[in-house]
Amino acid sequence: MAELDTAAPTIRTVTVSVNGEPRSVDIEPRLLLARFLRDTLGLTGTHIGCDTTNCGACTVLLDGVPVKSCTVLAVQADGREVGTVEGLETAEGLHPMQAAFHEQHGLQCGFCTPGMMLTAIALLEENPDPSEEEIRWALSGNICRCTGYQNIVKAVRQAATAMREES
Amino acid sequence: MATEHAIRGIGHSVERKEDARFIRGKGTYVDDVSLPGMLHMELLRAPFAHARIRSIDTSAAAALPGVVAVVTGELMAEHGLAWMPTLSGDTQAVLATDKVRFQGQEVAAVVAEDLYTAGDALELIEVDYEALPAIVDPRQALEEGASVIRDDKEGQDSNHIYHWESGDADATERAFAEADKVVTLDTHYPRCHPAPLECCGCVADVNPATGKATIYMTSQAPHAHRTLFAMVAGLPEHQIRIISPDIGGGFGNKVPIYPGYVVAIAASLLLGKPVKWMEDRTGNLISTGFARDYHMHGELALKGDRMTGLRVKMHSDNGAFFADAQPSKCKAGLFHIVTGSYDIPAAHVVTDGAYTNKAPGGVAYRCSFRVTEASYLIERLVQSAAYEAGVDPAEFRLRNFIKPEQFPYTSATGFVYDSGDYEAAMRLALDKLGYDDLRREQARAREEGRLIGIGVASFTEVVGAGKGTEYDIAGLRMFDSAELRVHPTGKAVLKLGVKSQGQGHETTFAQIVAEELGLPPEDVEVQEGDTDNTPYGLGTYASRSTPTAGAATAVISRKLRDKGREIAAHKLEAAPDDIDFNAGRFFVKGSPERAVTIQDVALAAYTDLPEGMEAGLEGVHYYDPPNMTFPFGTYAVVVEVDRGTGQWKPLRVVAVDDCGVRINPMIVEGQIMGGLTEGYGIAAMELITFDEEGNCIGSNFMDYLLPTAWETPTFEIDQTVTPSPHHPLGAKGVGESATVGSPAAFVNAVVDALAHAGVRNIEMPLTSDRVWQALSEAGLAE
Repeated sequence: MAELDTAAPTIRTVTVSVNGEPRSVDIEPRLLLARFLRDTLGLTGTHIGCDTTNCGACTVLLDGVPVKSCTVLAVQADGREVGTVEGLETAEGLHPMQAAFHEQHGLQCGFCTPGMMLTAIALLEENPDPSEEEIRWALSGNICRCTGYQNIVKAVRQAATAMREES
Repeated sequence: MATEHAIRGIGHSVERKEDARFIRGKGTYVDDVSLPGMLHMELLRAPFAHARIRSIDTSAAAALPGVVAVVTGELMAEHGLAWMPTLSGDTQAVLATDKVRFQGQEVAAVVAEDLYTAGDALELIEVDYEALPAIVDPRQALEEGASVIRDDKEGQDSNHIYHWESGDADATERAFAEADKVVTLDTHYPRCHPAPLECCGCVADVNPATGKATIYMTSQAPHAHRTLFAMVAGLPEHQIRIISPDIGGGFGNKVPIYPGYVVAIAASLLLGKPVKWMEDRTGNLISTGFARDYHMHGELALKGDRMTGLRVKMHSDNGAFFADAQPSKCKAGLFHIVTGSYDIPAAHVVTDGAYTNKAPGGVAYRCSFRVTEASYLIERLVQSAAYEAGVDPAEFRLRNFIKPEQFPYTSATGFVYDSGDYEAAMRLALDKLGYDDLRREQARAREEGRLIGIGVASFTEVVGAGKGTEYDIAGLRMFDSAELRVHPTGKAVLKLGVKSQGQGHETTFAQIVAEELGLPPEDVEVQEGDTDNTPYGLGTYASRSTPTAGAATAVISRKLRDKGREIAAHKLEAAPDDIDFNAGRFFVKGSPERAVTIQDVALAAYTDLPEGMEAGLEGVHYYDPPNMTFPFGTYAVVVEVDRGTGQWKPLRVVAVDDCGVRINPMIVEGQIMGGLTEGYGIAAMELITFDEEGNCIGSNFMDYLLPTAWETPTFEIDQTVTPSPHHPLGAKGVGESATVGSPAAFVNAVVDALAHAGVRNIEMPLTSDRVWQALSEAGLAE
């Protein structure tokens, strides 16, 4: 077995586009993407709830695909696009998913909300008119302890309608 | 009843004000707080459930570059902080000095310049343990000759903590002597965990120049925590400021004070720098406030179809330190609400608490102090009694309910129920469900070999503690408070002693001001959680915010309205008695066109006052409730059980809640659906258990299962409204009803599917293997 190098940790430069903005930062290779977003870039809308890829509070979009950023290394995002909750609102206003979560009372404590919305947005990219069952299945990797999901499902349906009408 | 649309007071589903930041990812949770020069702390936890500490070697950890300090119990002891008092008058180790008494107990802490270094250093701490046998069951703990877990306590020669009784033993004895039939149930309400999505943590910032400690903390009760910190650490209370920012769910888990908070504060004090500690999920599940873990034996005395007596004996598993978060006079919380919705003339409850080598805590997971255990036991017993009496379980309940004309009703254990109409709630639930048709469908399904079950639970809760003379936390009376300041331009700030963890206080409490004073909710900013800037209160848990702080808000709003009336009289040149008020307008009786608005009055309070009147339009009220409130309702669940696998699936869930007057119906319904989901989780999957060596099974979200959108059923919800006669708004509190009431409904439904084969009980959580075992024993398995 090769001997481990226990000297000072290697530093790697990663270049990531976060919400469309290129960021280039020197980091330790072991730094998790969730920590990179929160601690290095100060984007604290990405939350950490479990460390084991179960709860989905840390969900972000990596090249448009939802990933749980507490078990993705920041170096794995090198050269790729990361989308977080902070990128949802544009000059034109709230993303339809944000508006729908508010209007349908799809959130209470707000801790799961960013990950939940990003997962739902990725679903609608693939399936613009999902059934309730399809929504529930798509969101089954994101835990909410407050709402009981019913209003979240309603919010996703509302956003789906709004986004279909927009496009 | 609702105010007109422009005001949007009580009865309006006002969209939540707090959402604006959460949907943008701009909330501020404790882990989002970052201060200049901040250090990071991680805790080393015990791998053994019971072991003597021979030695701790921290030298390698301390030598790691980036490590600022390694803290052990020995160091804490030098400052008198190795132990701390609990909310139940016991002591708890902050960092272990002599023994570790549960797996996951805090043994040492590393403070480092960054989180990863702190984690690295933990692995370099060498602890020499001498493993001891573990005790993981309270009955085992109370056996003669069991090794004494708390040998740190002088005079403690067993694992017994307390003996507690409620009710009338003699009267109950007589009821059983005269009974036709006695129905019994032995059941364990398993240990589960509130598991809010945000774990516990703090940022402690002690300013070395001024000595002021500012502590950002995941706290459901910041004021009480400030006082307790002052007592524990000997810090002057005015030098402690607790800020409980946005909280990512609490459900009782953020009521206790945990060792991590104390160590982080001590570290900041010693190092003169801010220190952040955030536990990870495993730390949260294995060391912080668990819930339930009651071994219950219940007996019902029956005469015909009437319940005449209830006898309960229990063993409470309190873990290694008696740290239950509950009113100090109530060792088993409010479990004595166990007679529930029924007119049972005699009852007697006996509880014995025991130390075990398990995590301490005993918090009320979305529940008012052991009310969930009580509700579960009686609703399960009632179903068994109905089967034995040969009466339909719904009909059996209707025959035994306390009747509307019996309120206020004094229960056999001494509670005075404020109001209720249990039959109305149940009939609405049964109608919504189509109960009679479903019973016929169930019979048909059985003939086809399919197992359908219908479960009902008609819960009554007791929430909203105090009154202060009877209920206190560590001596602090359970009142709560509201301070309302109306500014000259008619905009207001409302400051509360409670603390939302997602319940929507910023909206609901603004609506109370809207109702009483006519200021639209968007003109009222609600502030909570900062002990330097809010009036003293006991915090948010036990469904108490609306019963206490909600009442305080109504009362202070009315006091300002009374002052406003005098100002309006001055402006309108009329006598105060001739001024009426409606929806933000003060007007002369009989001449509604002679009017001033609340905004006019607010300006006049600073610019044009009656002679001799004190300036300003603000005040504070501390509300000590005269009684608790008693929300109730009926939950009805239909399930289908798979005879081949033991899997079961809810087909229908109907919930009728009566929480008195609803301030924001949308938020109330959100609370109910969330509570139903947690109740379903407890019934179906949530379990913290231990092997014989005291290893915690359920230490992460791969093992501690929570319901996702996929399993969670769709809920059909409805309401009846029976106002509380003593609450200023008629409201009762609702945050926990569904978690309290629904587990019994789910379990009753599954048992009901198997009841024709003689099954009377299956233990929670109803995992497929347990249900399959019951099917198999009843000869129903395929």
